[in-house]
Amino acid sequence: MKDTAGIATPVIEAKGMGLTFETNDGPVHALKDVNLTVGKGEFVSFIGPSGCGKTTFLRAIAALEHPTEGTLTVNGMTPDAARQARAYGYVFQAAGLYPWRTIAGNIRLPLEIMGFSRDEQEERVERVLALVDLDGFGRKFPWQLSGGMQQRASIARALAFDADILLMDEPFGALDEIVRDRLNEEVLKLWARTEKTIGFVTHSIPEAVYLSTRIVVMSPRPGRITDVIESPLPKDRPLDIRDSPEFIAIAHRVREGLRAGHGDEV
Amino acid sequence: MSWLWGAVIFWLAAWAFNVWLANRPVARSRAVQLFIPALFGVTLLILWEGIVRGLDVPGVILPAPSAIWATIRASLPVLAGDFVQTILKGALSGYLIGCGAAVLTAIAIDRSPFLQRGLLPIGNFVAALPIVGIAPILVMWFGFDWQSKAAVVVVMVFFPVLVNTVAGLAASERMQRDLMATWGASYWQTLVKLRLPAAMPFIFNGLKIATTLALIGAIVAEFFGSPTRGMGFRISTAVGQLSLDMVWAEIAVAALAGSAFYGVVALIEKGVTFWHPSQRGRT
Repeated sequence: MKDTAGIATPVIEAKGMGLTFETNDGPVHALKDVNLTVGKGEFVSFIGPSGCGKTTFLRAIAALEHPTEGTLTVNGMTPDAARQARAYGYVFQAAGLYPWRTIAGNIRLPLEIMGFSRDEQEERVERVLALVDLDGFGRKFPWQLSGGMQQRASIARALAFDADILLMDEPFGALDEIVRDRLNEEVLKLWARTEKTIGFVTHSIPEAVYLSTRIVVMSPRPGRITDVIESPLPKDRPLDIRDSPEFIAIAHRVREGLRAGHGDEV
Repeated sequence: MSWLWGAVIFWLAAWAFNVWLANRPVARSRAVQLFIPALFGVTLLILWEGIVRGLDVPGVILPAPSAIWATIRASLPVLAGDFVQTILKGALSGYLIGCGAAVLTAIAIDRSPFLQRGLLPIGNFVAALPIVGIAPILVMWFGFDWQSKAAVVVVMVFFPVLVNTVAGLAASERMQRDLMATWGASYWQTLVKLRLPAAMPFIFNGLKIATTLALIGAIVAEFFGSPTRGMGFRISTAVGQLSLDMVWAEIAVAALAGSAFYGVVALIEKGVTFWHPSQRGRT
Protein backbone atom coordinates (compact mmCIF):
# COMPACT_ATOMS: atom_id res chain seq x y z
CA MET A 1 0.00 0.00 0.00
CA LYS A 2 1.09 3.52 -0.68
CA ASP A 3 0.22 5.12 2.61
CA THR A 4 3.69 5.35 4.08
CA ALA A 5 5.46 8.48 5.21
CA GLY A 6 4.13 12.01 5.21
CA ILE A 7 0.71 11.33 6.72
CA ALA A 8 0.12 13.48 9.76
CA THR A 9 -2.61 12.06 11.97
CA PRO A 10 -4.63 9.17 10.62
CA VAL A 11 -8.29 10.13 10.53
CA ILE A 12 -9.76 7.07 8.85
CA GLU A 13 -8.08 3.70 9.30
CA ALA A 14 -9.29 0.44 7.75
CA LYS A 15 -7.40 -2.78 8.48
CA GLY A 16 -8.38 -6.00 6.75
CA MET A 17 -11.89 -4.65 6.59
CA GLY A 18 -14.61 -6.69 4.90
CA LEU A 19 -18.36 -6.27 4.60
CA THR A 20 -20.78 -8.96 3.58
CA PHE A 21 -24.49 -8.39 3.02
CA GLU A 22 -26.77 -11.31 3.74
CA THR A 23 -29.42 -11.37 1.01
CA ASN A 24 -32.06 -13.84 -0.03
CA ASP A 25 -29.76 -15.01 -2.82
CA GLY A 26 -26.95 -15.75 -0.36
CA PRO A 27 -24.11 -13.57 0.94
CA VAL A 28 -22.83 -10.68 -1.21
CA HIS A 29 -19.21 -9.65 -0.59
CA ALA A 30 -19.45 -5.89 -0.91
CA LEU A 31 -15.94 -5.29 0.42
CA LYS A 32 -13.02 -7.61 1.04
CA ASP A 33 -9.67 -7.06 2.75
CA VAL A 34 -9.63 -3.26 2.55
CA ASN A 35 -6.51 -1.62 4.02
CA LEU A 36 -6.41 2.15 3.86
CA THR A 37 -5.26 5.04 6.02
CA VAL A 38 -6.51 8.54 5.33
CA GLY A 39 -4.57 11.36 6.98
CA LYS A 40 -5.86 14.68 8.21
CA GLY A 41 -6.52 17.23 5.49
CA GLU A 42 -6.32 14.74 2.62
CA PHE A 43 -8.70 14.75 -0.32
CA VAL A 44 -9.23 11.09 -1.19
CA SER A 45 -11.35 9.98 -4.14
CA PHE A 46 -12.80 6.50 -4.52
CA ILE A 47 -13.33 5.46 -8.10
CA GLY A 48 -14.49 2.26 -9.70
CA PRO A 49 -17.34 0.65 -11.62
CA SER A 50 -20.69 0.17 -9.92
CA GLY A 51 -20.69 -2.70 -7.47
CA CYS A 52 -17.06 -2.10 -6.42
CA GLY A 53 -18.11 -1.11 -2.92
CA LYS A 54 -16.98 2.54 -3.02
CA THR A 55 -20.31 3.82 -1.69
CA THR A 56 -20.47 0.98 0.83
CA PHE A 57 -17.03 1.95 2.14
CA LEU A 58 -18.12 5.57 2.54
CA ARG A 59 -21.32 4.47 4.28
CA ALA A 60 -19.27 2.25 6.59
CA ILE A 61 -17.12 5.24 7.58
CA ALA A 62 -20.40 7.06 8.34
CA ALA A 63 -21.63 4.09 10.41
CA LEU A 64 -24.58 3.64 8.03
CA GLU A 65 -23.22 0.13 7.32
CA HIS A 66 -21.18 -2.04 9.66
CA PRO A 67 -18.04 -4.03 8.71
CA THR A 68 -18.34 -7.77 9.19
CA GLU A 69 -14.56 -8.39 9.25
CA GLY A 70 -11.44 -6.48 10.24
CA THR A 71 -11.46 -3.07 11.86
CA LEU A 72 -12.43 0.44 10.83
CA THR A 73 -11.74 3.47 13.02
CA VAL A 74 -12.59 7.13 12.56
CA ASN A 75 -10.56 9.58 14.65
CA GLY A 76 -9.40 6.54 16.64
CA MET A 77 -13.00 5.66 17.58
CA THR A 78 -15.52 3.23 16.17
CA PRO A 79 -17.57 4.79 13.35
CA ASP A 80 -20.63 4.70 15.62
CA ALA A 81 -18.89 6.66 18.35
CA ALA A 82 -17.52 9.06 15.72
CA ARG A 83 -21.04 9.61 14.42
CA GLN A 84 -22.31 10.38 17.90
CA ALA A 85 -19.36 12.79 18.26
CA ARG A 86 -20.53 14.44 15.01
CA ALA A 87 -17.21 13.77 13.31
CA TYR A 88 -18.42 14.07 9.74
CA GLY A 89 -20.86 15.69 7.35
CA TYR A 90 -22.34 13.54 4.59
CA VAL A 91 -23.42 14.72 1.14
CA PHE A 92 -25.53 12.29 -0.87
CA GLN A 93 -25.96 12.03 -4.62
CA ALA A 94 -29.29 13.84 -4.42
CA ALA A 95 -29.54 17.01 -2.35
CA GLY A 96 -32.18 15.50 -0.04
CA LEU A 97 -33.39 18.86 1.21
CA TYR A 98 -36.67 18.83 3.11
CA PRO A 99 -39.27 20.57 0.94
CA TRP A 100 -41.20 21.98 3.92
CA ARG A 101 -38.17 23.90 5.14
CA THR A 102 -36.51 26.92 3.53
CA ILE A 103 -32.88 26.66 2.46
CA ALA A 104 -31.84 28.33 5.73
CA GLY A 105 -34.21 26.02 7.62
CA ASN A 106 -32.61 22.98 6.01
CA ILE A 107 -29.12 24.11 6.92
CA ARG A 108 -30.33 24.87 10.44
CA LEU A 109 -31.78 21.36 10.86
CA PRO A 110 -28.59 19.53 11.94
CA LEU A 111 -27.80 22.48 14.23
CA GLU A 112 -31.23 22.16 15.88
CA ILE A 113 -30.69 18.44 16.37
CA MET A 114 -27.25 18.99 17.84
CA GLY A 115 -28.56 21.63 20.21
CA PHE A 116 -26.75 24.76 19.07
CA SER A 117 -28.09 28.01 20.54
CA ARG A 118 -30.42 30.08 18.38
CA ASP A 119 -27.91 32.89 17.82
CA GLU A 120 -25.19 30.43 16.92
CA GLN A 121 -27.57 28.71 14.47
CA GLU A 122 -28.28 31.98 12.66
CA GLU A 123 -24.64 32.94 12.52
CA ARG A 124 -23.54 29.55 11.17
CA VAL A 125 -26.30 29.45 8.56
CA GLU A 126 -25.22 32.85 7.26
CA ARG A 127 -21.58 31.80 7.19
CA VAL A 128 -22.02 28.54 5.25
CA LEU A 129 -24.52 30.14 2.84
CA ALA A 130 -21.79 32.63 1.97
CA LEU A 131 -19.24 29.80 1.74
CA VAL A 132 -21.22 28.04 -1.01
CA ASP A 133 -22.15 31.30 -2.71
CA LEU A 134 -25.84 31.20 -1.85
CA ASP A 135 -26.17 34.44 0.13
CA GLY A 136 -29.67 35.82 -0.10
CA PHE A 137 -31.24 32.48 -0.96
CA GLY A 138 -31.89 31.44 2.64
CA ARG A 139 -35.59 32.23 2.49
CA LYS A 140 -36.26 30.29 -0.73
CA PHE A 141 -37.69 26.81 -0.69
CA PRO A 142 -35.62 23.98 -2.22
CA TRP A 143 -38.07 23.43 -5.07
CA GLN A 144 -37.59 27.05 -6.12
CA LEU A 145 -33.87 26.48 -6.83
CA SER A 146 -31.99 24.70 -9.63
CA GLY A 147 -30.41 21.28 -9.10
CA GLY A 148 -26.92 22.75 -8.79
CA MET A 149 -28.03 25.29 -6.19
CA GLN A 150 -29.83 22.56 -4.23
CA GLN A 151 -26.65 20.49 -4.18
CA ARG A 152 -24.67 23.52 -2.98
CA ALA A 153 -27.22 23.98 -0.21
CA SER A 154 -26.78 20.35 0.81
CA ILE A 155 -23.01 20.89 0.97
CA ALA A 156 -23.63 23.97 3.13
CA ARG A 157 -25.78 21.82 5.40
CA ALA A 158 -22.95 19.28 5.75
CA LEU A 159 -20.52 22.08 6.57
CA ALA A 160 -22.75 23.91 9.05
CA PHE A 161 -21.73 22.00 12.17
CA ASP A 162 -18.03 22.11 11.35
CA ALA A 163 -17.22 18.41 11.27
CA ASP A 164 -13.58 17.61 10.45
CA ILE A 165 -14.50 15.06 7.81
CA LEU A 166 -16.66 15.63 4.74
CA LEU A 167 -17.95 12.49 3.02
CA MET A 168 -19.38 13.02 -0.46
CA ASP A 169 -21.08 10.25 -2.38
CA GLU A 170 -21.20 11.18 -6.08
CA PRO A 171 -22.49 14.61 -5.11
CA PHE A 172 -22.44 15.96 -8.67
CA GLY A 173 -23.40 12.74 -10.47
CA ALA A 174 -26.82 14.02 -11.45
CA LEU A 175 -25.67 17.43 -12.69
CA ASP A 176 -24.61 18.52 -16.15
CA GLU A 177 -20.96 18.95 -17.14
CA ILE A 178 -20.85 22.75 -16.89
CA VAL A 179 -22.41 22.97 -13.45
CA ARG A 180 -20.21 20.08 -12.41
CA ASP A 181 -17.01 21.89 -13.43
CA ARG A 182 -18.02 24.97 -11.44
CA LEU A 183 -18.91 22.97 -8.35
CA ASN A 184 -15.66 21.00 -8.60
CA GLU A 185 -13.73 24.27 -8.54
CA GLU A 186 -15.77 25.45 -5.58
CA VAL A 187 -15.19 22.24 -3.66
CA LEU A 188 -11.45 22.66 -4.12
CA LYS A 189 -11.62 26.24 -2.84
CA LEU A 190 -13.73 25.12 0.07
CA TRP A 191 -11.25 22.40 0.89
CA ALA A 192 -8.36 24.88 0.75
CA ARG A 193 -10.19 27.29 3.05
CA THR A 194 -11.51 24.82 5.61
CA GLU A 195 -8.69 22.22 5.57
CA LYS A 196 -11.15 19.40 6.07
CA THR A 197 -10.50 15.76 5.30
CA ILE A 198 -12.64 14.82 2.32
CA GLY A 199 -13.71 11.39 1.11
CA PHE A 200 -15.23 11.64 -2.36
CA VAL A 201 -16.93 8.86 -4.33
CA THR A 202 -17.14 9.30 -8.09
CA HIS A 203 -17.20 7.34 -11.31
CA SER A 204 -15.64 10.12 -13.35
CA ILE A 205 -11.88 9.84 -13.94
CA PRO A 206 -11.30 13.56 -14.68
CA GLU A 207 -13.26 14.54 -11.57
CA ALA A 208 -11.21 12.17 -9.38
CA VAL A 209 -7.88 13.33 -10.79
CA TYR A 210 -8.80 17.01 -10.68
CA LEU A 211 -9.92 17.00 -7.06
CA SER A 212 -7.82 14.49 -5.17
CA THR A 213 -4.52 14.29 -3.39
CA ARG A 214 -4.95 10.52 -3.54
CA ILE A 215 -7.07 8.34 -5.79
CA VAL A 216 -8.23 4.94 -4.60
CA VAL A 217 -9.07 2.65 -7.52
CA MET A 218 -11.50 -0.14 -6.68
CA SER A 219 -12.89 -3.15 -8.52
CA PRO A 220 -15.95 -5.32 -8.03
CA ARG A 221 -16.76 -8.94 -7.11
CA PRO A 222 -15.64 -8.79 -4.37
CA GLY A 223 -15.23 -5.04 -3.82
CA ARG A 224 -11.56 -4.35 -3.14
CA ILE A 225 -8.81 -1.75 -3.58
CA THR A 226 -6.64 -2.42 -6.63
CA ASP A 227 -4.48 0.72 -6.71
CA VAL A 228 -3.81 3.84 -4.66
CA ILE A 229 -2.37 6.75 -6.65
CA GLU A 230 -0.66 9.76 -5.06
CA SER A 231 -1.32 12.88 -7.09
CA PRO A 232 1.75 15.05 -7.85
CA LEU A 233 -0.50 17.97 -8.85
CA PRO A 234 -0.08 21.19 -6.82
CA LYS A 235 -2.74 22.16 -4.31
CA ASP A 236 -3.75 25.16 -6.36
CA ARG A 237 -5.50 23.81 -9.44
CA PRO A 238 -7.06 25.95 -12.16
CA LEU A 239 -9.54 24.14 -14.43
CA ASP A 240 -7.09 24.05 -17.36
CA ILE A 241 -4.66 21.93 -15.35
CA ARG A 242 -6.70 19.14 -16.90
CA ASP A 243 -4.82 19.65 -20.17
CA SER A 244 -1.36 19.30 -18.59
CA PRO A 245 0.78 16.20 -19.24
CA GLU A 246 0.88 15.35 -15.49
CA PHE A 247 -2.91 15.33 -15.32
CA ILE A 248 -3.19 13.13 -18.40
CA ALA A 249 -0.56 10.74 -17.03
CA ILE A 250 -2.47 10.24 -13.79
CA ALA A 251 -5.77 9.87 -15.62
CA HIS A 252 -4.11 7.24 -17.79
CA ARG A 253 -2.89 5.34 -14.74
CA VAL A 254 -6.35 5.44 -13.18
CA ARG A 255 -7.85 4.08 -16.39
CA GLU A 256 -5.25 1.29 -16.49
CA GLY A 257 -6.06 0.47 -12.87
CA LEU A 258 -9.77 0.29 -13.61
CA ARG A 259 -9.14 -1.94 -16.61
CA ALA A 260 -6.81 -4.28 -14.69
CA GLY A 261 -9.35 -4.60 -11.91
CA HIS A 262 -11.94 -5.64 -14.42
CA GLY A 263 -9.76 -8.49 -15.71
CA ASP A 264 -10.76 -9.65 -19.16
CA GLU A 265 -14.27 -8.31 -18.91
CA VAL A 266 -13.58 -5.04 -20.70
CA MET B 1 -97.41 24.83 -17.55
CA SER B 2 -95.86 28.30 -17.84
CA TRP B 3 -93.70 27.50 -14.77
CA LEU B 4 -92.23 24.50 -16.52
CA TRP B 5 -91.49 26.34 -19.79
CA GLY B 6 -90.13 29.34 -17.95
CA ALA B 7 -87.72 27.13 -16.00
CA VAL B 8 -86.53 25.28 -19.10
CA ILE B 9 -86.00 28.54 -21.00
CA PHE B 10 -84.08 30.00 -18.03
CA TRP B 11 -81.96 26.86 -17.90
CA LEU B 12 -81.10 27.05 -21.62
CA ALA B 13 -80.39 30.78 -21.41
CA ALA B 14 -78.15 30.39 -18.35
CA TRP B 15 -76.36 27.51 -20.03
CA ALA B 16 -75.67 29.56 -23.15
CA PHE B 17 -74.58 32.52 -21.03
CA ASN B 18 -72.14 30.35 -19.04
CA VAL B 19 -70.65 28.88 -22.21
CA TRP B 20 -70.25 32.36 -23.67
CA LEU B 21 -68.74 33.68 -20.43
CA ALA B 22 -66.32 30.77 -20.04
CA ASN B 23 -64.85 31.45 -23.49
CA ARG B 24 -64.23 35.14 -22.83
CA PRO B 25 -60.88 36.47 -21.63
CA VAL B 26 -62.63 37.68 -18.43
CA ALA B 27 -63.11 34.01 -17.50
CA ARG B 28 -59.65 34.14 -15.92
CA SER B 29 -60.69 36.69 -13.30
CA ARG B 30 -61.53 35.46 -9.82
CA ALA B 31 -65.04 36.95 -9.76
CA VAL B 32 -66.09 35.24 -12.99
CA GLN B 33 -64.57 31.97 -11.83
CA LEU B 34 -66.86 32.13 -8.80
CA PHE B 35 -69.84 33.41 -10.78
CA ILE B 36 -69.96 30.55 -13.28
CA PRO B 37 -70.50 27.73 -10.74
CA ALA B 38 -72.83 29.99 -8.72
CA LEU B 39 -75.02 30.55 -11.79
CA PHE B 40 -74.99 26.82 -12.39
CA GLY B 41 -76.26 26.20 -8.85
CA VAL B 42 -78.98 28.84 -9.16
CA THR B 43 -80.05 27.33 -12.49
CA LEU B 44 -80.43 23.92 -10.89
CA LEU B 45 -82.63 25.36 -8.12
CA ILE B 46 -84.85 27.26 -10.58
CA LEU B 47 -85.20 24.24 -12.83
CA TRP B 48 -86.16 22.18 -9.76
CA GLU B 49 -88.69 24.80 -8.65
CA GLY B 50 -90.21 25.04 -12.15
CA ILE B 51 -90.57 21.30 -12.60
CA VAL B 52 -92.14 20.80 -9.17
CA ARG B 53 -94.64 23.63 -9.70
CA GLY B 54 -95.28 22.99 -13.40
CA LEU B 55 -95.93 19.27 -12.96
CA ASP B 56 -97.63 19.61 -9.57
CA VAL B 57 -95.26 17.15 -7.90
CA PRO B 58 -96.65 16.25 -4.45
CA GLY B 59 -94.58 17.62 -1.51
CA VAL B 60 -94.07 14.08 -0.20
CA ILE B 61 -92.23 13.09 -3.38
CA LEU B 62 -90.21 16.26 -3.86
CA PRO B 63 -90.88 19.62 -2.18
CA ALA B 64 -89.93 22.75 -4.11
CA PRO B 65 -86.81 24.67 -3.01
CA SER B 66 -89.04 27.57 -1.97
CA ALA B 67 -91.02 25.26 0.33
CA ILE B 68 -87.80 23.90 1.84
CA TRP B 69 -86.52 27.44 2.33
CA ALA B 70 -89.79 28.42 4.03
CA THR B 71 -89.45 25.45 6.39
CA ILE B 72 -85.84 26.38 7.16
CA ARG B 73 -86.86 29.95 8.00
CA ALA B 74 -89.84 28.88 10.08
CA SER B 75 -87.88 26.34 12.15
CA LEU B 76 -84.51 28.04 12.59
CA PRO B 77 -84.33 27.47 16.39
CA VAL B 78 -85.10 23.77 15.94
CA LEU B 79 -82.50 23.39 13.19
CA ALA B 80 -79.93 25.30 15.24
CA GLY B 81 -80.56 23.04 18.25
CA ASP B 82 -80.22 19.94 16.08
CA PHE B 83 -77.02 21.34 14.56
CA VAL B 84 -75.43 21.87 17.97
CA GLN B 85 -76.53 18.45 19.21
CA THR B 86 -75.44 16.41 16.18
CA ILE B 87 -72.65 18.31 14.47
CA LEU B 88 -70.90 20.13 17.29
CA LYS B 89 -71.40 17.69 20.16
CA GLY B 90 -71.64 14.35 18.37
CA ALA B 91 -69.64 14.60 15.15
CA LEU B 92 -66.97 17.15 16.07
CA SER B 93 -65.99 15.70 19.45
CA GLY B 94 -65.99 12.19 18.03
CA TYR B 95 -63.89 13.39 15.10
CA LEU B 96 -61.29 15.02 17.33
CA ILE B 97 -61.08 12.04 19.69
CA GLY B 98 -61.04 9.47 16.88
CA CYS B 99 -58.46 11.23 14.70
CA GLY B 100 -56.24 12.05 17.67
CA ALA B 101 -56.34 8.45 18.89
CA ALA B 102 -55.64 7.18 15.37
CA VAL B 103 -52.51 9.33 14.95
CA LEU B 104 -51.18 8.31 18.40
CA THR B 105 -51.92 4.65 17.66
CA ALA B 106 -50.12 4.95 14.32
CA ILE B 107 -47.02 6.24 16.11
CA ALA B 108 -47.23 3.37 18.62
CA ILE B 109 -47.59 0.91 15.73
CA ASP B 110 -44.61 2.48 14.01
CA ARG B 111 -42.52 2.15 17.17
CA SER B 112 -43.27 -1.50 17.82
CA PRO B 113 -43.34 -4.34 15.27
CA PHE B 114 -45.44 -6.32 17.76
CA LEU B 115 -48.26 -3.76 17.60
CA GLN B 116 -47.79 -3.54 13.86
CA ARG B 117 -48.72 -7.18 13.51
CA GLY B 118 -51.53 -7.00 16.06
CA LEU B 119 -53.25 -3.61 15.91
CA LEU B 120 -53.68 -3.06 12.18
CA PRO B 121 -55.73 -6.24 11.70
CA ILE B 122 -57.88 -5.35 14.71
CA GLY B 123 -58.42 -1.83 13.34
CA ASN B 124 -59.35 -3.35 10.02
CA PHE B 125 -61.75 -5.76 11.74
CA VAL B 126 -63.51 -2.97 13.66
CA ALA B 127 -63.81 -0.87 10.50
CA ALA B 128 -65.47 -3.78 8.74
CA LEU B 129 -68.26 -4.03 11.35
CA PRO B 130 -71.57 -2.64 10.02
CA ILE B 131 -72.50 0.67 11.59
CA VAL B 132 -76.14 -0.34 12.03
CA GLY B 133 -74.86 -3.13 14.28
CA ILE B 134 -72.40 -1.06 16.28
CA ALA B 135 -74.59 2.00 16.79
CA PRO B 136 -77.31 0.36 18.95
CA ILE B 137 -74.64 -1.37 21.06
CA LEU B 138 -72.79 1.90 21.66
CA VAL B 139 -76.10 3.64 22.50
CA MET B 140 -76.65 0.97 25.18
CA TRP B 141 -73.14 1.48 26.52
CA PHE B 142 -72.88 5.27 26.48
CA GLY B 143 -76.51 6.40 26.85
CA PHE B 144 -78.93 8.27 24.60
CA ASP B 145 -77.15 11.62 24.59
CA TRP B 146 -74.33 12.82 22.30
CA GLN B 147 -71.66 10.68 23.99
CA SER B 148 -72.84 7.52 22.24
CA LYS B 149 -72.90 9.38 18.90
CA ALA B 150 -69.36 10.57 19.46
CA ALA B 151 -68.40 6.96 20.18
CA VAL B 152 -69.90 5.81 16.85
CA VAL B 153 -67.99 8.59 15.08
CA VAL B 154 -64.76 7.50 16.80
CA VAL B 155 -65.22 3.97 15.50
CA MET B 156 -65.93 5.26 11.99
CA VAL B 157 -63.07 7.74 11.60
CA PHE B 158 -60.40 5.76 13.44
CA PHE B 159 -59.41 3.29 10.76
CA PRO B 160 -59.04 5.52 7.68
CA VAL B 161 -56.92 7.98 9.66
CA LEU B 162 -54.86 5.14 11.18
CA VAL B 163 -54.10 3.49 7.84
CA ASN B 164 -53.19 6.78 6.20
CA THR B 165 -50.93 7.84 9.08
CA VAL B 166 -49.12 4.50 9.14
CA ALA B 167 -48.54 4.79 5.39
CA GLY B 168 -47.44 8.41 5.83
CA LEU B 169 -44.88 7.56 8.51
CA ALA B 170 -43.25 5.20 6.02
CA ALA B 171 -43.19 7.88 3.32
CA SER B 172 -39.89 9.60 4.14
CA GLU B 173 -37.04 8.68 1.83
CA ARG B 174 -34.24 6.38 2.92
CA MET B 175 -31.69 9.07 2.18
CA GLN B 176 -33.49 11.57 4.38
CA ARG B 177 -33.51 9.06 7.25
CA ASP B 178 -29.81 8.32 6.63
CA LEU B 179 -29.12 12.03 6.89
CA MET B 180 -30.85 12.14 10.26
CA ALA B 181 -28.73 9.16 11.33
CA THR B 182 -25.47 10.87 10.30
CA TRP B 183 -26.39 13.79 12.56
CA GLY B 184 -26.96 11.41 15.46
CA ALA B 185 -30.67 12.30 15.70
CA SER B 186 -32.81 10.38 18.21
CA TYR B 187 -36.00 8.52 17.31
CA TRP B 188 -38.20 11.39 18.51
CA GLN B 189 -36.14 14.05 16.74
CA THR B 190 -36.42 12.09 13.51
CA LEU B 191 -40.15 11.67 14.08
CA VAL B 192 -40.87 15.33 14.76
CA LYS B 193 -38.48 16.91 12.28
CA LEU B 194 -38.72 14.48 9.38
CA ARG B 195 -41.30 11.73 9.49
CA LEU B 196 -44.37 13.59 10.74
CA PRO B 197 -43.93 16.49 8.29
CA ALA B 198 -43.37 13.98 5.48
CA ALA B 199 -46.52 12.12 6.58
CA MET B 200 -48.78 15.20 6.54
CA PRO B 201 -50.14 14.79 2.98
CA PHE B 202 -51.20 11.25 3.93
CA ILE B 203 -52.63 12.24 7.31
CA PHE B 204 -54.73 14.97 5.72
CA ASN B 205 -56.09 12.51 3.18
CA GLY B 206 -57.38 10.46 6.10
CA LEU B 207 -58.69 13.55 7.89
CA LYS B 208 -60.65 14.66 4.82
CA ILE B 209 -62.24 11.25 4.32
CA ALA B 210 -63.08 11.24 8.02
CA THR B 211 -65.05 14.53 7.87
CA THR B 212 -67.87 13.02 5.82
CA LEU B 213 -67.76 9.75 7.75
CA ALA B 214 -68.13 11.71 11.00
CA LEU B 215 -71.34 13.41 9.81
CA ILE B 216 -72.83 10.17 8.52
CA GLY B 217 -71.97 8.37 11.75
CA ALA B 218 -73.40 11.06 14.02
CA ILE B 219 -76.68 11.32 12.08
CA VAL B 220 -77.26 7.61 11.56
CA ALA B 221 -76.45 6.79 15.20
CA GLU B 222 -79.41 8.93 16.29
CA PHE B 223 -81.77 6.53 14.55
CA PHE B 224 -81.04 4.05 17.35
CA GLY B 225 -82.02 6.23 20.27
CA SER B 226 -81.45 9.87 21.13
CA PRO B 227 -82.93 12.70 23.20
CA THR B 228 -85.74 14.60 21.41
CA ARG B 229 -83.30 16.69 19.37
CA GLY B 230 -80.61 16.03 16.80
CA MET B 231 -80.58 15.85 13.02
CA GLY B 232 -80.97 12.09 12.79
CA PHE B 233 -83.81 12.10 15.32
CA ARG B 234 -85.57 14.92 13.44
CA ILE B 235 -85.22 13.15 10.09
CA SER B 236 -86.61 9.86 11.38
CA THR B 237 -89.62 11.49 13.11
CA ALA B 238 -90.31 13.85 10.20
CA VAL B 239 -90.39 10.90 7.80
CA GLY B 240 -92.96 9.30 10.14
CA GLN B 241 -95.12 12.42 9.92
CA LEU B 242 -94.68 12.67 6.12
CA SER B 243 -93.30 16.21 6.55
CA LEU B 244 -90.65 15.74 3.91
CA ASP B 245 -89.94 19.46 3.75
CA MET B 246 -88.39 19.11 7.24
CA VAL B 247 -86.28 16.16 6.07
CA TRP B 248 -85.02 18.27 3.16
CA ALA B 249 -84.31 21.17 5.48
CA GLU B 250 -82.13 18.93 7.67
CA ILE B 251 -80.42 17.55 4.57
CA ALA B 252 -79.66 21.11 3.47
CA VAL B 253 -78.13 21.89 6.88
CA ALA B 254 -76.13 18.65 6.84
CA ALA B 255 -74.85 19.33 3.32
CA LEU B 256 -73.80 22.87 4.23
CA ALA B 257 -72.17 21.75 7.48
CA GLY B 258 -70.40 18.86 5.75
CA SER B 259 -69.04 21.07 2.97
CA ALA B 260 -67.88 23.68 5.47
CA PHE B 261 -66.24 21.00 7.65
CA TYR B 262 -64.42 19.54 4.65
CA GLY B 263 -63.49 23.01 3.43
CA VAL B 264 -61.91 23.97 6.76
CA VAL B 265 -59.83 20.77 6.85
CA ALA B 266 -58.77 21.27 3.21
CA LEU B 267 -57.79 24.86 4.02
CA ILE B 268 -55.64 23.75 6.96
CA GLU B 269 -54.11 21.11 4.71
CA LYS B 270 -53.19 23.74 2.17
CA GLY B 271 -51.37 25.69 4.86
CA VAL B 272 -49.54 22.68 6.31
CA THR B 273 -48.56 20.87 3.10
CA PHE B 274 -47.89 23.93 0.92
CA TRP B 275 -44.59 22.28 -0.07
CA HIS B 276 -46.14 19.15 -1.55
CA PRO B 277 -46.25 18.95 -5.37
CA SER B 278 -50.03 18.47 -5.23
CA GLN B 279 -50.43 21.87 -3.53
CA ARG B 280 -47.58 23.82 -5.14
CA GLY B 281 -49.29 24.39 -8.47
CA ARG B 282 -52.34 26.05 -6.91
CA THR B 283 -51.57 29.51 -5.65
